[in-house]
This record gives sequence, C-alpha cells and structure tokens, in this order.
Amino acid sequence: MKIRTLMAAALVALAPVSAVADEAIIVQSTTSTANSGLYDYLLPIFTDKTGITVNVVAVGTGQAIKNAANCDGDVLLVHAKPAEEKFVADGGGTSRTDLMYNDFVIVGPAEDPAGVSGMTDVEAALTQIAESEALFASRGDDSGTHKKEKALWEAAGVDPAEGSGAWYRETGSGMGATLNAGIGMGAYVMTDRATWISFANKQEYGIVVEGDDDLFNQYGVIPINPEACPSVNVEAAQTFADWLVSAEGQEAIGAYMVDGQQLFFPNAPEQGS
Amino acid sequence: MFMRDLVFPDVVPRTETDLMPLELEGVRLCLDGKAVLDGVDLRLEGTGCTVIMGPNGAGKSQLLKLIHGLKAPDAGRIEWNGRAAAAVTARQALVFQKPVLLRRSVAANIEFVLKARGRDRGLRDGLLEHVGLLDKARQPARQLSGGEAQRLMLGRALATEPEVLLLDEPTASLDPASVLAIERIILRARERGVKVILVTHDTGQARRMADEVVFLHRGRILEHVPADEFFPEPATREARDYLNGRIVV
Amino acid sequence: MQDFGEAFALAFGLVLSPTGDLLEIVGLSLRVSLTATAVACLLGLPLGALLAVTRFRGRGAVLVTINALMGLPPVVVGLLVYLNLSRAGPLGFLGLLYTPTAMIIAQTILITPIVAALSRQILEDLNAEYAEQFRSLCLSRWQSVQALLWDGRYALLTVGLAGFGRAVAEVGAVMIVGGNIDHLTRVMTTAIALETSKGELALALALGIILMAIALGVNALVQSLRMSAERRNVYA
Repeated sequence: MKIRTLMAAALVALAPVSAVADEAIIVQSTTSTANSGLYDYLLPIFTDKTGITVNVVAVGTGQAIKNAANCDGDVLLVHAKPAEEKFVADGGGTSRTDLMYNDFVIVGPAEDPAGVSGMTDVEAALTQIAESEALFASRGDDSGTHKKEKALWEAAGVDPAEGSGAWYRETGSGMGATLNAGIGMGAYVMTDRATWISFANKQEYGIVVEGDDDLFNQYGVIPINPEACPSVNVEAAQTFADWLVSAEGQEAIGAYMVDGQQLFFPNAPEQGS
Repeated sequence: MFMRDLVFPDVVPRTETDLMPLELEGVRLCLDGKAVLDGVDLRLEGTGCTVIMGPNGAGKSQLLKLIHGLKAPDAGRIEWNGRAAAAVTARQALVFQKPVLLRRSVAANIEFVLKARGRDRGLRDGLLEHVGLLDKARQPARQLSGGEAQRLMLGRALATEPEVLLLDEPTASLDPASVLAIERIILRARERGVKVILVTHDTGQARRMADEVVFLHRGRILEHVPADEFFPEPATREARDYLNGRIVV
Repeated sequence: MQDFGEAFALAFGLVLSPTGDLLEIVGLSLRVSLTATAVACLLGLPLGALLAVTRFRGRGAVLVTINALMGLPPVVVGLLVYLNLSRAGPLGFLGLLYTPTAMIIAQTILITPIVAALSRQILEDLNAEYAEQFRSLCLSRWQSVQALLWDGRYALLTVGLAGFGRAVAEVGAVMIVGGNIDHLTRVMTTAIALETSKGELALALALGIILMAIALGVNALVQSLRMSAERRNVYA
C-alpha cells in the first residue's frame, strides 16, 4: 500500500517535462554572456515575438563547443573566433556569423602592486606584471576569455606557466568565480567588460588597463549542423540566429544597459537579399 | 485472563501428529570448545508433556534448538519419525526464554504469523482471547509486561498450528499469576493433542506439568522416566540433590 | 561582515514576500530531491534489507563497495550521467539531458548507496534480535525482509532524511546534467552558485539560509509525523 503510493508518485514526478505547447531550443553559451544579464533582457523579446522558448546552458567556451559537438544544443554562441571557425569547418555548425563585440579589460587592486594602472598597451602591462611577479588570476579553463588571454601572453613573449601556482593562479573556473577568487587574493584579472560592469563584488577593485585594440572581444553565433546532429531543432535554431543578426535583434542587443553603460556592441554584417 | 471459548471458535484444533517418535542418537554439540551435549540418546513417544530438567549449563536450551532444527549437532542423529529435524521445523513452534516482540501492536504480532503461514487472519482475535490479551490488542507489543509478553509469544506459537510445542523456560522470572495463566494455556494445548516439550528449572512447575521427565546433567541424560517415578524421589543422586535444592555441579 | 547582516535581512524579506522566481526554484529543488529520495528508498531499502539477512560468498566485498559508494562525488555522478544522456551517448535518444528528470536520475544514483548502506547496518542490528525467531517460524527471505523493513521503519525514516539532505545540498550533479537553465532546471544550489559567480554574495547567502530553512522544515515535518504516530499509539 505504502509502496504503491510511492511508486505512483515517483512515476508522476519522473515524467519528463516534455513538449510544451511552444517550441524550445537549447543554446550553448558562455558564462560571461549569461552573467552579464544580457539573456534575461534579450530572450523574452524573442520569445514574445516567436513563441520559441530559449534555454541557455552557460558554461565555459571549451565546454560549450564540446557540448555542441555532442549534439546537446541547437545553437552555439561563444566568443572564440578561431575555435568557432574550426567548429564550422569540421562540420559541427552550419555557418558562423559575427554577432556583437565588446572588449576585455584588466582589473586590479587599488594598491596596484605592478604599477600598471592607466596603461593602454596590454602586452606591456602583462610583461610588467610577470616581471614584478604580481598575482594574476587566470580563467585557466580553455574558455574564449582564456584563449584571448593566452594569445596576449604569447604576443608579449611571456610564458606565465612558469609561474603557475606561484604568482600565476589558474582557477579553472568561470568568469565570476575567477573574479571572486582573484579579488579575494588581490590578484589582477583579465575580464570582459560586460561581466565586470554587472559584477556585484568589486570591493575596491577598478579597471587598470583598457583600450588596446588587442583587447577586442568578438562574439559569434552558430546554428548546429543538422547533418551532424539529426536531433537539432533546425527551424527554430535558424529563426533564433536570424533574429539575433536582424535589425531588430541587433537593436535590442545595443539597447541593453547596466548602470547606464552599454555592454555589447552589435556588429553583425548587414542582412539583406 | 480466563479461558473462554464461548465467543470465539477454538483456536487450538484437535491435533494428531505423525512426527513422533522423536529419536536422538549419539548427539554431541560443542560450543567454544566445550562439549555442551556429550552423547545424548533419547526416544520420546506419544503425546503429553515431556519436561526436560537440569542445572544451568546442562545443555537444555541447546538441546531444544537442536531438536527444533535451528542448529545441527556436531555429531549424531536427530529424527522425527524418520524425518530430519531441519525438515519439520515449520510443524513445530518454539517459545524462547526471552520474548521476541515485533515493534508493532499486540494484534499485529499475531497477524504477522497468521499471514506468514497463510492462515485465516480472522483467527487473530480468537488467539488473543485465548491468551487473555484481547483487551490489549492495539497496544504496542513492547509495552507489555513480562507475563503478558510471554502470553503473546504463546499466542504467536499457537498461531502456527504446531504439532509440537517447544518451550524454553517460558515462565522464568514471571509473577505467579502469569505463571499460572501460561501453564493453563500450555495444558490446554496438550489436551488438544499437541506434543509439549518443556524446559524448566522450576521444580514446582515440573511437578505440575510433567507426564514424563528427562533429567540432563553435564550434557548427558541421566534419567528419562514417567513423572510419577521421578517425583517425589528420583533414582539418581544428582537428580535427588537437584530436587532438594542443592547446587549440582 | 556586513554581508551576513545583509544576507539575513534579504532572506527574511524573501521569505515574507517570495518572488515568483524564488518559488519556482524552491519548488523544483523539492520536487527533484524528494523524488530522488523516494526512488532511492524504493531501490536502496530492500537492497539493504536483503544484504542484512543474506550470507553469501563475497558479501564482505559487496558491503565495502556499497559503503565506499556513499562517498561518490556528486560532480562525478553528474559527469557519468551526462555522458550517458548526452546526444552523443548511448541514451541520448531519450532526450533527457537538461531536464529535471535527468537531475532526478543523477541524484537517485548519488543517494541510493547511502540508503542501502545505512539501512543495511540498521537492519542487520535488528536482524540479530529477530533472526532465530524468524528461522523458527520458517519465514522465507522475502518475508524476513518485509518484517525488518516495517519494524525498522522509524530508524529507516532517518536514513531517508539523510539521503534527502545529501540530495538537496549537492550542486555538482544537477549543474552538469541540468545546465542551471532559468525557469527549467535551476534549483536552489545552482542558483546559489550562479549568484556567487555574479558577485552577489549577500543574495547567495540569503538563498543558502532559505535552503537550510527548507531542509529544517522537511526534517521537522517528518519528526512531527513520527511523534503523532507514536502519540496515537497505533502501530499498524
């Protein structure tokens, strides 16, 4: 008697929350985009217009691409152009389109132990940080941000891995977690501006390095290739990608503000014909 | 606590058993390196009440478990009319010295056995009435007094419809009223044809209940005689000393 | 330090006037963890009881294994379930990834060993008391198991609560297989992780306080059910 009630309850609760009347797609995206609050702002606009629910899985770029390769998503939206282009070339995605950009900045403690505050040459700043062995917290998780950071170290001719565990702290975590950890230990952190503006635990940190062209951060959107993944919701995925790069979607992206600042700058190529 | 089978059908049916005679030959049992039973030969026949007596440590409880089939002897043969003891355990019931009460109501304890044996659950109240516990049916069994608990054990034993009722010091440390009630339940079963094998160290109880007496000493049977030959004066010195209250080592 | 004060104030405010989102998240946490607990008990209790009454070669090794599985890291369980439920995996066709069902599955796998190992210990102790009597009554193994499960019900209730506590508190498994998707698979623990990563520490702590309060509530409810059953003195 008691067992049967339990089993019935279990079956009811286990029944998958299946086909809602509206359609739904899964977007594999990054923590930096999600944490900035962009999706909370953007997606309801899209859902109201099309009735398609967009479910965002926010993980590191590396994991997002892997998930997409496993066919666990309908759209990929990340910020690592070389990796994205490789993904499409390998047949994982239908095509890649520039979507929006912002920039990276380096934030640091008020004491500024490496003396880099106000510099606009990021490679020089990184070199100075390495030479003074000031603490630096890295994503260390193969994300878009991390890939950009590694490229910058390489351009500066510095191998931070030599200091790994000493002054170079690789957290292997998302942007927010890395910021929390970095600020907690008084380390410099490279972060995208959008995450920084919307981050609520800044304490006495501020932006110390910004404005270098090399800090440009480009986002791209990729519908997953149905040939590689038959389970993809092709039409809905394409509808979403199309809307994002459309005039309406681009305007919405540009309109998103936090503390009076715009976080993402739409730069999709003109749609037409 | 009165026997009343006016309201309920008789819960102990007339029993005829083909389990007798019980034969033990050369039975030995060692525990912790010591010989608890050291060459027991015994033959029990017919019905009635057989009382097994003897000083503590004589091996009485172990003997009961062996003939019930709960354990195997280290040597020797135990057979119920040719059947191995372990094969006929279900046709007997053993009332342990310390009551084993399920953590449920009194009534549920009886029902548990009736259900396990596939018997009619309607017999439950009759059995409770038979052992004088009907008014405590819904009480948690663990809250019963010692005497009540043993009566419940007896009720549970009778619920299995046993052909043989084995009892291991069922009234040890109980108050006289409980002793009386339990003895009457046992005698009632004997009247209905259930073979009773009772282990006791209470000589008064033995006098009251026994049809025959088996006297055990240091793992061996010293005497096996009808009750009127054992009481008031048994043949062996050890048994005499025991009855007279001397410590028999 | 001011985070704590702020957190308590926030928690208090949220409890008094909960947002729709908060109710959704709390509801999903309870649904996922309670279901997982129920299924884990359905699987683990009979298993524990069976292990308590049965002797077989290799029993010792099985016990050691089940006890060790109590320490399964949630993130590892999440990863294993993800690999199986992923579209690229053997059970991908079920389409269960990123659903509450996947979260229930992961948590069930996580806590079934706890239920089995703890119930085994409790029922083995109980069986020591009953074993001889059960043999005298010639009960079948299944009958013994049933008797032990019912007789041990109060102690086993605590085992269930232990399993629930582990499930409702873990974040590693549900994060990977659920994806922390807003309005779909976001539970208390993943919400706390999210708010922490957004630097919203006071809010994260407030959610943590609320989660603790819920766990307390569940335990209190179970305890009061026990006490009222004992008071009514009716044991079925």
